Amino acid sequence: MSGVLQSTTGAPGARVLGLGAYRPRRRVTNAELSETMETSDEWIQTRVGIAERRWASEDETLVEMAVAAGGKALAASGLSPDVIDLVIVASASLRNPIPGIGPRVAHRLGATRPGAFDLNAGCAGFCYALGLANDSIRAGSVRNALIVGVERLTDVTDLADRGTAVIFADGAGAMVVGAADEPGIGPVAWGSDGDQHTAISIPEGLPHMTMAGQAVYRWATTKLTETLLEAMRKAGVGPADIDVFAPHQANLRIIESMAKKIGFPESTVIARDIVQTGNTSAASVPLALTALLESGEAKSGDTALVLGYGAGLTFAGQVLNLP
Amino acid sequence: MSSSTEEIQTGVAEILEEVAGVAPGDVSPEKSFTDDLDVDSLSMVEIATAVEDKFGVAIPDDELGNIKTVGDAVSYIQKNQ
Repeated sequence: MSGVLQSTTGAPGARVLGLGAYRPRRRVTNAELSETMETSDEWIQTRVGIAERRWASEDETLVEMAVAAGGKALAASGLSPDVIDLVIVASASLRNPIPGIGPRVAHRLGATRPGAFDLNAGCAGFCYALGLANDSIRAGSVRNALIVGVERLTDVTDLADRGTAVIFADGAGAMVVGAADEPGIGPVAWGSDGDQHTAISIPEGLPHMTMAGQAVYRWATTKLTETLLEAMRKAGVGPADIDVFAPHQANLRIIESMAKKIGFPESTVIARDIVQTGNTSAASVPLALTALLESGEAKSGDTALVLGYGAGLTFAGQVLNLP
Repeated sequence: MSSSTEEIQTGVAEILEEVAGVAPGDVSPEKSFTDDLDVDSLSMVEIATAVEDKFGVAIPDDELGNIKTVGDAVSYIQKNQ
């Protein structure tokens, strides 16, 4: 048989219904790191802007942290777990990829047989997942989605290497996204620069991640401005409409440089969660948004511009209204 | 259009002041960016991109590692302009 097949029509838009975060118990300050390696609080703060970070303990596994953050996002959304029909867990630090942890996280949270999978787009993973969830709802494939970014970067970091140990950290952030009558999430602006795949990588046969710091810094501060502008253009807003700018928390100097290049108004709140949290890869955007809502610096209904970027190299950004 | 050595060094000094707060009087050809002018590796990237914009030259990351002194930068710009 040949011919046109039937398709589905989705909701006019999707919006963020709830956010949740999990921060590992153990707080590691720059002073503590200075005891075991040749570094200092001043050196770390000047280079990357981090004052402290969280390192996960043995029992704070990827699944446990994802479930904790996901549970809080669900509670904040007011939705019952059984109406979640898509679960995406973004992570780059899974040591054993079979099976993926998406189905297990979904099951633990009480979702009933949702589409569930893992997504690895490095530090851009969460924003990739948000783009997919938004489009799945608008296409009618699902009504409600839970997306989680979770990392145990300390598992893939040489904790004796002062170049990376001071930067990378652990944690989880989650978001519930649901169908809405009007778009509360803008279209994703995404892409990749696979020619730079070696810039952030775990080299073949080695246990730890290496990063070409200068190359990544240059890429992030020059090439991604266009992605931010594209995300705003697609959502029909400009820098003056952005209440909250929450890019991936990779390096405070990258964040400041991006903000300066875009030229936000004074009133725009710039996420600086990296100072307390370090670089948590796919978890950083929801962790930063949750921190801003909890501190009151951001409020419900605010328009936020988010951007993930990292290993791949990959990048994805969008505009969204905060729940 | 190429510029004189002196013009290039003045231009580099302006970038150093803007990006890393280096006093123009401290800038001379033999000065090392990292050892003498206290410019860190990420500021070197910013200086490189500012030099690219100002002088219309390309400084790939692997070339950046060979530029140690103000004089290295000036001669690189001269050669590639």
